[in-house]
Amino acid sequence: MPAVSKGDGMRGLAVFISDIRNCKSKEAEIKRINKELANIRSKFKGDKALDGYSKKKYVCKLLFIFLLGHDIDFGHMEAVNLLSSNKYTEKQIGYLFISVLVNSTSELIRLINNGVKNDLTSRNPTFMCLALHCIANVGSREMGEAFAADIPRILVAGDSMDSVKQSAALCLLRLYKASPDLVPMGEWTARVVHLLNDQHMGVVTAAVSLITCLCKKNPEDFKTCVSLAVSRLSRIVSSASTDLQDYTYYFVPAPWLSVKLLRLLQCYAPPEDAAVKGRLVECLETVLNKAQEPPKSKKVQHSNAKNAVLFETISLIIHYDSEPNLLVRACNQLGQFLQHRETNLRYLALESMCTLASSEFSHEAVKTHIDTVINALKTERDVSVRQRAADLLYAMCDRSNAKQIVSEMLRYLETADYAIREEIVLKVAILAEKYAVDYSWYVDTILNLIRIAGDYVSEEVWYRVLQIVTNRDDVQGYAAKTVFEALQAPACHENMVKVGGYILGEFGNLIAGDPRSSPPVQFSLLHSKFHLCSVATRALLLSTYIKFINLFPETKATIQAVLRAGSQLRNADVELQQRAVEYLTLSSIASTDVLATVLEEMPPFPERESSILAKLKRKKGPGAASTLDDGRREPGPGGDVNGGVEPAPSTGSTPSPSADLLGLRAAPPPAAPPAPPSAGSLLVDVFSDSPTGGPPSLGPSPEEAFLSPAAEDPGIPIPEADELLHKFVCKNSGVLFENALLQIGVKSEFRQNLGRMYLFYGNKTSVQFQNFCPTVTHPGDLQSQLVVQTKRVPGQVDGGAQVQQVLNIECLRDFLTPPLLTVRFRYGGAPQALTLKLPVTINKFFQPTEMAAQAFFQRWKQLSLPQQEAQKIFQANHPMDSEVTKAKLLGFGSALLDNVDPNPENYVGAGIVQTKALQVGCLLRLEPNAQAQMYRLTLRTSKESVSRHLCELLAEQF
Amino acid sequence: MMQFMLLFSRQGKLRLQKWYVPLSDKEKKKITRELVQTVLARKPKMCSFLEWRDLKIVYKRYASLYFCCAIEDQDNELITLEIIHRYVELLDKYFGSVCELDIIFNFEKAYFILDEFLLGGEVQETSKKNVLKAIEQADLLQEDAKEAETPRSVLEEIGLT
Repeated sequence: MPAVSKGDGMRGLAVFISDIRNCKSKEAEIKRINKELANIRSKFKGDKALDGYSKKKYVCKLLFIFLLGHDIDFGHMEAVNLLSSNKYTEKQIGYLFISVLVNSTSELIRLINNGVKNDLTSRNPTFMCLALHCIANVGSREMGEAFAADIPRILVAGDSMDSVKQSAALCLLRLYKASPDLVPMGEWTARVVHLLNDQHMGVVTAAVSLITCLCKKNPEDFKTCVSLAVSRLSRIVSSASTDLQDYTYYFVPAPWLSVKLLRLLQCYAPPEDAAVKGRLVECLETVLNKAQEPPKSKKVQHSNAKNAVLFETISLIIHYDSEPNLLVRACNQLGQFLQHRETNLRYLALESMCTLASSEFSHEAVKTHIDTVINALKTERDVSVRQRAADLLYAMCDRSNAKQIVSEMLRYLETADYAIREEIVLKVAILAEKYAVDYSWYVDTILNLIRIAGDYVSEEVWYRVLQIVTNRDDVQGYAAKTVFEALQAPACHENMVKVGGYILGEFGNLIAGDPRSSPPVQFSLLHSKFHLCSVATRALLLSTYIKFINLFPETKATIQAVLRAGSQLRNADVELQQRAVEYLTLSSIASTDVLATVLEEMPPFPERESSILAKLKRKKGPGAASTLDDGRREPGPGGDVNGGVEPAPSTGSTPSPSADLLGLRAAPPPAAPPAPPSAGSLLVDVFSDSPTGGPPSLGPSPEEAFLSPAAEDPGIPIPEADELLHKFVCKNSGVLFENALLQIGVKSEFRQNLGRMYLFYGNKTSVQFQNFCPTVTHPGDLQSQLVVQTKRVPGQVDGGAQVQQVLNIECLRDFLTPPLLTVRFRYGGAPQALTLKLPVTINKFFQPTEMAAQAFFQRWKQLSLPQQEAQKIFQANHPMDSEVTKAKLLGFGSALLDNVDPNPENYVGAGIVQTKALQVGCLLRLEPNAQAQMYRLTLRTSKESVSRHLCELLAEQF
Repeated sequence: MMQFMLLFSRQGKLRLQKWYVPLSDKEKKKITRELVQTVLARKPKMCSFLEWRDLKIVYKRYASLYFCCAIEDQDNELITLEIIHRYVELLDKYFGSVCELDIIFNFEKAYFILDEFLLGGEVQETSKKNVLKAIEQADLLQEDAKEAETPRSVLEEIGLT
């Protein structure tokens, strides 16, 4: 028994616990517990009324038994009695029992609520706190219904004790999270923000959590909290290490509060008020500076607390993604941590750098750490750290380092933990495809994947290599040669047989001239694997054989003999049997011409998103894939510190991952592709992407819902819809919207007058959304200007899950207002609706045009009518950084023309707005005046409305 | 927001569990089993954080006892590590060099201290003084209450009833 027993020890309880601990076996323990349960039951049922102490003791024993993992189905009534007692000690145990063992049988809840109500109104702060703790611990809807209206009053009442305020704030937070509809907004909300100014640090600490949650749902209503939070943070950050007394933790002033304040600020964009912003930047810089100071203590608690604040600061800097200096400093700081002796810091630095890698400002800075990260992948002892290193390599990969990163990941794959092999395989496959410049490297990489980790190479991966080889005729010969060589290994993975079989069946003729890989050699090599393979692979090989008959007539007799064999024609498997019968007949009766037509080489696959990327997204959510997304341009115009590389004009439209390899195949595939000879299940899978006739068009197809504006009233966009829209004028991916329930991510690509957008809806709660229905509407004239075609999404979104929606967009003519996206669903029975502006603005269809100075001035003069020009002079809202400005102009879609404007400070750009009906040429000039912190922006286009609209859109960005 | 906190011994015995999200008993048991197994399998020098389902697990071992918290994706791992440490300090100060036995025999006290420190999965009060003041006040109330009670039978004193 322990030496210390504070307060009043309950001797009976201690003895019981000792007994349990002394039990030699599980059976003995259960026996002892059952004896005790019987005893307690009889006491509770007995005629003699129990005194408070005994009741408390027995309820405690029940609690202990429950915590050992046994079910408790009685004692609730006694607990309710205890919590209604006047004695604090009994009340406390009663509340504890209820908090741990909530059992919402309805009468009981009413009784509990009665007791809680009495305590809440008792004006005894200790009792009030107990009641508030109980509500926060149970947090059920019934409790919300009973108390949600009272707690805000307690929270902001002038005479509430500090400790009561603290409990009330967090209690309200819990209720608000559980059932937001029950908490009435009102006059108290304004006062709650001012708790940020409270003298008591504990009150502030509790209140910030509540305010952060409220902000996420109603950012506009709580906007005043930004400046209050900044000034509070500033006071903490600049205080000496002992100023805050008990709120200083190992020489770090109020680390918990600092972290919470920094989290709160992440609900908002950077402050608009220059003074507030200046003060905040100062705070962020101070934190970064302090990280460089020698530690004030050797204790790990000191460095943890300090670094906790530092990491949260870096998160905020990344969230703002607008201060290149701070981003690069953050990156350097994390770079130091990459080699820190604390595993925890290395882990966090790798994790945090992943997000930095996707910012155009810091991508290049992250890349400088590649060797350290590769080393981490090789030498870290902890798999979770290695996993982070692999994630970071994936995030920092671009064309310049793809070969190195892919080869390191392949090497890692040989020894990687089984749990993460599949993910590494997917990542390698995606990187190899995305950054392949030479396709033989791509083919080698995928075949290596199969060789090293064949079991983890999913269908998506090897289907994809087939699609790409089919579509690129320059790699077909190489692919045939390479698979032929790979198949010669004595033991090769079945996936290799599949890929090899398919490729040789299509392109074996390309290597047939070499006697070492003559047709009979190819056939016997494949057939030597046949008997060891699964039914699906054998079916695929049979198709290869019939293709061989067409490619190599000299193999016909051998192959017919194989098909005719009893083991094929009478195979127990229906698919194999059918293929053998049909192929044999086909080869016997069809003329050479017919055979050649039926067995012709497969037509190119239509361009589409890589199914591998989709798979990785499914595995990891959009974050994983979007770190690689197209928001980052190559070479990063802003991140390219040396400014050496001129972005290619095509960066105006960001290619999809598949477009990288397949290129733009403008010519539609042949109108009548030969049908696969048999509708076997495997073939259907492989060919499922083959064209079904006609070029891929934006026309509606049966399974796609074409959303007409007649659907439902879209509702009024949320107040910050415009602000959110402006965020995406110069970029194509990111988080479009986020509140406590839902996160909407967007990723889009535009080419000519067409666009494709992916929306990712993430359910942030643990509860399923029902009747989930996002719709797109075209207000006003937009219907005749823009076609947005949406795919249906499932009506239910599970808690924590994410669904993706694809939108195809066609710009018919110039337009001024964006389409609206309305998301409706039911959350916990309450209908939710939300309308946003879809980030589709006219500049998305803006193609950059390079031109020399002379041509520019000539056109500039041609567009000299007053209505062709739009001009705006405005104050800079962001620091006037030339790299950032360039990046924004490129993101806007225009080409940047050097040596045009005589003043090198000015920017000049040109481009064409592509719509189906017409093209609008467009010239722009941006003149910064650093002294006055002003810009003058001039747009000239052939169309008045376009000039004006582009000018308005672009002016918002600086 | 913290989703739950578990305290368990090296032998895998659960000593304290605090859930800040509503889950069924079955689900709680499943999570506990899974996490105890995962954490106990990790080697001493490994990192204190791991990804688990869509949550982040932060854990630290103090003597024979593991403290293990689950936090959400955007939460701060290091500050959670210090939440654990501050809780240990609070227990230590209250019990006087706390050990696993103190928590076994006075589990209700461990809960009361935790409720003063964390509420609804968020930090409520970080000052050691303020938290312990609240608990000690309660103890004083208990002492008063005890004095007022009628003397109990000898049998009960030795725990036979």
